[in-house]
Amino acid sequence: QQNVSLDSPINIHVTSAGGHTAEMMNIVTELQKDRFTPRYYVAALTDNMSLPKAQVYEKSLIHVEGDRETIIENAEFMQIYRSREVGQSYITAIATTLRAILHAMWLIIRIRPQVIFCNGPGTCIPLCASAFLLKVLGLGWSSIFYIESIARVKKLSLSGLLLYKLRMADQFFVQWPQLQQKYPRAQYAGRLM
Amino acid sequence: VIDKEARRLYIMDPIQTSQSLEEKKLRNLSGYFVFHFMLWWNGEDLVKPICAVSGNLNLQVEHFTFLPSIADSIREASLVISHAGSGSIFETLRLGKPLIVVVNEDLMDNHQSELAEELAEQNHLLCAHPQTLRETVEAMDLHALQPYIPGEARPVVALINEFLGFPV
Repeated sequence: QQNVSLDSPINIHVTSAGGHTAEMMNIVTELQKDRFTPRYYVAALTDNMSLPKAQVYEKSLIHVEGDRETIIENAEFMQIYRSREVGQSYITAIATTLRAILHAMWLIIRIRPQVIFCNGPGTCIPLCASAFLLKVLGLGWSSIFYIESIARVKKLSLSGLLLYKLRMADQFFVQWPQLQQKYPRAQYAGRLM
Repeated sequence: VIDKEARRLYIMDPIQTSQSLEEKKLRNLSGYFVFHFMLWWNGEDLVKPICAVSGNLNLQVEHFTFLPSIADSIREASLVISHAGSGSIFETLRLGKPLIVVVNEDLMDNHQSELAEELAEQNHLLCAHPQTLRETVEAMDLHALQPYIPGEARPVVALINEFLGFPV
C-alpha cells in the first residue's frame, strides 16, 4: 500500500471513443478537482469524439475570479499516435508501434504526471509502459490506476490483460464481480455507469 | 402485453440492424408501433431503401449521421432497439426506456455481446440477433423488464483517494 503525500498532482486521463469516455468522465466528475490539477486528457490522433466530450466538461468548470476575470483553466488536451489502427497490417504496425512508444515516452517526460487514469483503449499501453519504465529506473513516479471497461464482463481487454499480468497498475479495477473472481488481484468497487 | 397505441420506434445505429429489418419485419413492427421510425446511420446509400419501404407502411423515417446528444430522442421513444455499444445501452437504461439490444457478431468483437447478455440475464433489457429480432419483438413482455439502477464512481474514487493518501 502506497501512502504518498501529494499536493495537487498532475494527472493524465487516457480516453477513447465511445463508452470509454463516458466512464472516464464519471470518474473525473467525482474527483476533487483541487486534488487533481492540472488535468491532461489524452486520446488517439484518429479519435475525434473523446476530447470534445472532455472539453465540454472542463469548460463547465472554468471559473472567473474576482474583478479581473482571470479565467482559470486546469486542463490540457492532447492526441497521441496509436500503436495500430483497426485493420492495419501487423508488419507496418511494428513501425507505428515504435512511433507510438516514442511519442508516449516524450509526453510522459514532458508532463511528468503523478497520477495516470486509464480505462481500456490501446493508447494507454505505451503511456503506462513509459511511466512504469521511468518508475523502475527511479526517474519519476506515477501512480497508475486502471479501470477496465464496463463492457468487459467475463474477459479482460488486451490492454487490461497486459497491465494485469505485467503488474504495471498500482490499482486495477473491474466492474463486474465475475472478473474479480477470475483476476484476484483486481478490485471490484461496483459499476461506473 | 403489447401496446397497440401509435408509438415512436427509435432505432439507434442500425447499420447492422436495418439490414436485417426487411420489409416483412418492418411491416410486423409497424403493426405494433406504427407512427414514427427514427434511424441513425452513416451511409446515405442506406437511406433510400429504408425510406422506400417505410413509405409503403406510413412510417416516418428520420435519419441523422451524428447527434450531439441522443437523450432527447430516447426520451420520446417508447421502445429503443440498439446495437450493443455500452454508451447506447446505459444511456437508454438510465432514461428508463425499454431496450432491445441487437447483437451482430459478424460486425463486432465478441466482447460487445458480453454486456448485453449479462444485462439480459438480469432482466434489464432484451437481447436479440438480427435473425431473431422479429420473434423477439413479437414475444416481448416489456413490463417484465427490471429497472436498472445506475452505478456511480464514488466507491472507486474513494479507493483511489485512499491509495494516494488523501483523506477520504
